[in-house]
Amino acid sequence: MTPRLRVWLLGALLAAVIVGMIYFPILRRRVQRAARIRQQSEEQARRELTQTLTANPGEPRVKATVFWASGADDGSLAPSTIELPLSNDPVLRSKQVLNTLLAGPVDVELRTLPPDAVLLAFYVLPDGTGIADFSEALANSIPSGIQSEQLAVDSIVRTLEANVPQVRRLKILIHGQEVETLAGHLDLTGTFMVSAKTAQMPAQTVAPSPQPATKTAAPSTDKPATPATDKTQAPTPGKLTPATPPGKLAQPERKP
Amino acid sequence: MRSWDQGNSRIRAVISVLAVLAAALGPCSRISSQSQPPFPARLSAATQTPATQPGALPASPQPTGSAPPGFTPQQRAGLSVVVLDPAHGGTDSGARGTGGIRESEVVLEFATQVRRALEFQGFQVVLTRQGNENPSFDDRSAMANAQNGAVFVTLHVASTGSPETARVYINSDLPTATDSRGMIPWDRAQVPFQGLSRQLGDAVQGLLEQRFKGSPGTAQTAAVRQLRTTAAPAIAVEISSVVVEDRNELDRMAPGVADAIARGVAAFRPSYVVPATPGGTP
Repeated sequence: MTPRLRVWLLGALLAAVIVGMIYFPILRRRVQRAARIRQQSEEQARRELTQTLTANPGEPRVKATVFWASGADDGSLAPSTIELPLSNDPVLRSKQVLNTLLAGPVDVELRTLPPDAVLLAFYVLPDGTGIADFSEALANSIPSGIQSEQLAVDSIVRTLEANVPQVRRLKILIHGQEVETLAGHLDLTGTFMVSAKTAQMPAQTVAPSPQPATKTAAPSTDKPATPATDKTQAPTPGKLTPATPPGKLAQPERKP
Repeated sequence: MRSWDQGNSRIRAVISVLAVLAAALGPCSRISSQSQPPFPARLSAATQTPATQPGALPASPQPTGSAPPGFTPQQRAGLSVVVLDPAHGGTDSGARGTGGIRESEVVLEFATQVRRALEFQGFQVVLTRQGNENPSFDDRSAMANAQNGAVFVTLHVASTGSPETARVYINSDLPTATDSRGMIPWDRAQVPFQGLSRQLGDAVQGLLEQRFKGSPGTAQTAAVRQLRTTAAPAIAVEISSVVVEDRNELDRMAPGVADAIARGVAAFRPSYVVPATPGGTP
């Protein structure tokens, strides 16, 4: 081998090493990015499988308000405005805004619902009761505690309140079943009032089957023993004595 | 045979000494016996007809702390019992931190200190659990509902929130309801006590705020399942959080939380006109 050829070969080897040093980090980043995209795609595919049509590109884009965590440690929410092609149908509209809420904000720290939770179904009864059926991940993956569970339910209720006026109350199911609590603390046996003043208020339990709205302002109840005689009235805030005549406790209707 | 008789006499002597000691410690033995009342007793107590008949109380709401005209001094015996509920237990560990901290274990230790502080204030304390068992929500409520003149405090540790803060929750407003017999349904037992719970909650939260900076100034509302079926002024106290790296950070809070609860309940005591019968409305 002539000295000239040897110099050329060494030069070529050196150039290959330099190209490798530049290219390999880029290749590594691309592989990591591809892995992330595949992970997101699996989650997206699961959502697409479990939900029907939620967005119609033909619908005009309107500003939707979604409530995620404010970032403060006090358990408060902050509204975020997002342009979405929202449907006029209350069921589709509810699915759209709740799926947006589930998808989460840009800052993952501000999520109120677990990333793997899925909205399985949403119905609206004629009396304005919305029924949201979430996957088990909502109950299993949410941080346990009064504050975190209240924040999750509050974000759902306030997002519906801001975007779907037809929904007056909300019943939350987990995988098609009524559960006693979300994750050990928050009561899910009743319905939540979807209104600004009573967003955290669990009201009476929802009727088991769709019923037409009654003339009374109070919602119907699913207590089979006394549906006709149930006397409901608004509580009197700030009073230290009961608004109703004194009574006594009935026997528990259900023992777990 | 002789040694057997001697052994028996020794055992009898020990038993008699223990009996004398148990008699001397009367209030303590009463606490333990009340911690698990037989269910039929609770049920019958909860379904007794109140001494104050419906309609005896005036229709208009009473001001804070004043006794309704239908109440006699004997009926106003005053708040004396605190039902203390260390939440979760058994297979339900509650919130779990990455460092292995379990809510069910932390609240049990907190309950010991809260109990001591309450007894120092002169209250009789009933614990809903004393070990690693998990009574149902209704069983825990029943322990309070069977008492006459009790308040209910359930202890929790959150997964979220600023470290070394504490929040008091009262139940969200529930619509009032009575059934055809004029009785309050079990699942809305908290309804007549919501105002009193607010007053108790604010008293405790105010003291917690003084001790733990960053805590709210007043009690917050939440749909806490445990509170809904409790026929007594009832609050949930939640401290933050199981996410702390060092368990000592939580343990350091225990004396302050215990003192705030005890002094808060003591401050609330004069304003609570207790019902005449267990399970009755205020």
